[in-house]
Amino acid sequence: MSTLAHVFEAAGLSTVVLASMRDVVERMHPPRALHCEFPLGRPLGKPADPDFQRDVLMQALALLDVEAPILADHPEVIVADEVPISCPLPARLDDTLAPSVDEARGLRAAYDRSVASRGRTSVGRVLDADGVVDALEVLDHWAGGEAWTEVPLPGKNTIAVAHDIRSYYEEAALELVDGPPPGGRQVEAWFYEETEAGRTLMAARKALREQEAPFPFWFYMAPGHR
Amino acid sequence: MRELAASLPVPEFETTAFTPLSVPLGEARVAIVTSAALHRPDDDPFTATDTSFRTLAAEDRDLLLGHWSPNFDRVGYTIDPNVAYPIDRLRELADEGVIGEVAPRHFSFAGNQPDTVAEVRLDSGPACAAELVADGVDVVLLTPV
Repeated sequence: MSTLAHVFEAAGLSTVVLASMRDVVERMHPPRALHCEFPLGRPLGKPADPDFQRDVLMQALALLDVEAPILADHPEVIVADEVPISCPLPARLDDTLAPSVDEARGLRAAYDRSVASRGRTSVGRVLDADGVVDALEVLDHWAGGEAWTEVPLPGKNTIAVAHDIRSYYEEAALELVDGPPPGGRQVEAWFYEETEAGRTLMAARKALREQEAPFPFWFYMAPGHR
Repeated sequence: MRELAASLPVPEFETTAFTPLSVPLGEARVAIVTSAALHRPDDDPFTATDTSFRTLAAEDRDLLLGHWSPNFDRVGYTIDPNVAYPIDRLRELADEGVIGEVAPRHFSFAGNQPDTVAEVRLDSGPACAAELVADGVDVVLLTPV
């Protein structure tokens, strides 16, 4: 973003950067930056809080009054909460299915409600909702030791498949929890640490590594710190 | 995540280009440029190493977050797109007269760029700037994701 600020200013535009990382912006010297120590991915700080977002914008736009480069700090710090959300998971319904497949099928109604209420979904990079279930079945086979080169994965691209499975779960979860919006990494933590699908994904990722699949194929199936 | 991101190399700039705002904020046309890899459902999706940008119309509300990296939090955006792309807040500020108007078009890049950012500096960044200038934009709000 700071790079674009330099380019845009040189073209005669006035810019303000909402900066997430203070040490990065200090080195990149954009013309005007409001450093906001908010969870990464949430530069306006709080979803579904228009007043807070408005205040961030007002502080950022105020920097346009200063007639020299400036780096200011938003006074509030929001820490990315990594405690898994408390979200009910479906009971085991069909024990002939892999646990993650059964679980994903059980979450389908919640996922469908999310799509209906939001009118958009992040699922669909390579899989639709039915494909999420089919892909989990294959990942379960990989996790159980079957060769990834022998058992084809619906959607093929492991990174995109992982994205679609996680998005399906995250969107379903948002329909199943009450209260204020979950913090920065709470739903991610829930997915990877508490769901059968998360466990299956991580086990399949480990199996790919052990079967010496190319590094990007397995590494980007989960966030780097996992 | 913050530790991981902070460890990545960044391009360092010796000097800072600076364009003072030439009109009062209450008369300025404001655009958002985000690195959230937003795109319309029917756009070409971003590729994993995409250095190009997508054009967003001010009225688009069904935008998808097209990042490839699993390190991004998508949930905030899923709950409320304004947490990364504050188009509704900008519209409200225009209605109140805090800013002059919302630009007709906004732009989106993917946040995960090659370390040199050469393409954005020399190619897609200037191309995007030309679009903004053509739209009569005065102020660009840059939102990272």
